[in-house]
Amino acid sequence: MNGNPSLHLWLIPLLPFAGFLVNGLLGRYLPQRVVTAIALFFTAAPLVKVAQIALSFGSLNLPYVERFDVPWMATSAFRADFAFLLDPLTLIMLLVVTGVGFLIHLYSAGYMAHEEGYWRYFAYLNLFMFFMLTLVLAENFLLMFVGWEGVGLASYLLIGFYLVRDSAADAGKKAFVLNRIGDFGFLIAMFLMIAHFGSLSYHQVFGAIVHHPEMQGGFLTAIALLLVLGATGKSAQIPLYVWLPDAMEGPTPVSALIHAATMVTAGIYMVVRSHALFDRSPFALGVIAIIGAATALFAATVGMVQTDIKRVLAYSTISQLGYMFLACGAAAYSAAIFHLVTHAFFKGLLFLAAGSVIHALGGEQDMRVMGGLRKTIPITFWTMSAGVFAISGLPPFSGFFSKDAILYQAFLSPTAGPILWFVGLVTALLTAFYMFRLWYLTFFGESRAPHGTHPHESPWVMLVPLILLAVLAVSGGWVGIPQALGGGDQFAHFLEPVVNVAAAPQAAAAGSENQERLFSGISVVMALIGVFLADLLYRRKPGMADTLVERARGVYQLLLNKYWIDQLYNAVLVAPLLFLSRYLLWGAIDRGVITGGTSIAAGGVRGLGALVQRVQSGNIRSYAGWLAVGAAAVILITYFGFSMHL
Amino acid sequence: MVVPIAWYLVLSAILFSIGVGAFLIKRNIITVFMSIELMLNAVNLTFVAFAYQWHRVQGQIFVFFVMVVAAAEAAVGLALIIAIFRARSTLNVDQVNLMKL
Repeated sequence: MNGNPSLHLWLIPLLPFAGFLVNGLLGRYLPQRVVTAIALFFTAAPLVKVAQIALSFGSLNLPYVERFDVPWMATSAFRADFAFLLDPLTLIMLLVVTGVGFLIHLYSAGYMAHEEGYWRYFAYLNLFMFFMLTLVLAENFLLMFVGWEGVGLASYLLIGFYLVRDSAADAGKKAFVLNRIGDFGFLIAMFLMIAHFGSLSYHQVFGAIVHHPEMQGGFLTAIALLLVLGATGKSAQIPLYVWLPDAMEGPTPVSALIHAATMVTAGIYMVVRSHALFDRSPFALGVIAIIGAATALFAATVGMVQTDIKRVLAYSTISQLGYMFLACGAAAYSAAIFHLVTHAFFKGLLFLAAGSVIHALGGEQDMRVMGGLRKTIPITFWTMSAGVFAISGLPPFSGFFSKDAILYQAFLSPTAGPILWFVGLVTALLTAFYMFRLWYLTFFGESRAPHGTHPHESPWVMLVPLILLAVLAVSGGWVGIPQALGGGDQFAHFLEPVVNVAAAPQAAAAGSENQERLFSGISVVMALIGVFLADLLYRRKPGMADTLVERARGVYQLLLNKYWIDQLYNAVLVAPLLFLSRYLLWGAIDRGVITGGTSIAAGGVRGLGALVQRVQSGNIRSYAGWLAVGAAAVILITYFGFSMHL
Repeated sequence: MVVPIAWYLVLSAILFSIGVGAFLIKRNIITVFMSIELMLNAVNLTFVAFAYQWHRVQGQIFVFFVMVVAAAEAAVGLALIIAIFRARSTLNVDQVNLMKL
């Protein structure tokens, strides 16, 4: 294959799957230590494998495709293979998934140590790794869809991990159902691709698009929009984002791994992977950009007033995913992936640190009863600070570079660029505000915890991942420092072969370096304003926030209730559906037509039986009479019947 | 003179009808039994008549079979009648009505 030695890519997803099988089938009977060892081994092994591939990456002939000889599905018109693809984009995703995944597994070993169903948790987590790696490695849309569905399943299982809690079960169900809506779009998109290209292989579909420059819009727009629907489900964008805040019902490491660092970015990955398709549909790109910008701003405003530490982070995740969508919509694919990577670092870190805070307080998630934790849990404090600075976009932390790249590219994009840029900028301010609000409320001031709470620092097995992720959150952006700021922009160059947008009409016009510096300056100023406001409201004048809430009661309520979107969905979609199901489908069709129909059929047969039963009187002479009548009838019918035909 | 076959057949039909009628009307099992014999013999008459008419021996052979079956039936039937009489002290068929649900 391409003159490369076989890399055995199939090992990467299958190792965690082996871990899932062992822990899932036998974990119940194994001691906790063995379960941990198995789970960690089967996540460390793919990490080592990926690292080894990364080290020899320069000598590979790309893109590298590994295809099994036996086809998966083969019909005369269509064929799908078990095929894996390795290119720079895949490598980046693999590194993020296995790296962050392993750290979070390690952290979980400490965080979940006292939980019921420890083995179940790790079995699910390994299952998630298997599906996520399949999603990332797949060489065709069908295999990607397998991973896509699978991560949804793992997410469902892990959100509902505390299965005796109703709210957890409901949240899992909600996530699953909303993802199904997105998956429906993905499926239809695949059918359209089969219809138009006769294949689902990236190579063939994108090759066909590249070779036919006259293909513009039309069915490509249809496919692209359906894929966007899929992405909005998985990546929690408007209108399907509502499942993500509820998904916080799951254990915190799960929120970090699945609902911040990896799974929710699958939609971004998918869009970037199919950029050849999106490049031909400016309309779809515009839709992505608008969805992204709207989601970023919307979620950030909601995040400002949440009091549950995990919910703030959840809305922040939605908002950051909105940034990535915005970048995709501006055809700035490498910026989107860059932000995806740095976000995986700092948001994974923030969630884990939040988990450490929650752990320290014995399960408390409400920021109103935190405060003053800076002294008691210093390592958590310092690592979380790295995450807070990174997400707020302060230089030289990682978030600064990736967010900057997105904002700058958004400004340059030809469709409504300045508006998108401005929305992004406001979001940056809000992001800095709510993150520093969280920071101040949690770590500064006096402790507001009830007396008798003794916060304690987490065990080392949790702190080590925190420290490593903090290092990455600080330095992870340095691989993509733009030339304007004295860097080499290596990240974009690395991705260039995959996301070459030169052929696309919406390729951003190149701006000057001075302009880029100016924009960086503006976004830093915006972030600093956000920090200043948070500092003012939550540290220097703690009473001021309440006064402000009093003044703007309506707005506050609107934000606190998340714009009543959940209620709106309930009223507009869920209630009518339930009504329809209960009265039409269940009441009329199930009870009426199906049950009624069978009742009528059964009753008819029963009545007929009652009627015919009388014939069997037990009276021999009546039997004989029937016999005689029957014989006479047969004779008459035979005689006259035949004579008539003759 | 040659008796036309139709006469035999008419006689046979009359005998058979009498048998059927008696079978349906009579209540005494023995009479019912006798009417069965009458029907069998009416059929035998047709067999013989046709065998004579067409100069075929098969009809005659069949008659012997019927007679053998009738003899066996008589043996079994009479045994049953005795058993029923012992059990129920009656030979009225209308009272022997166990054959219903």
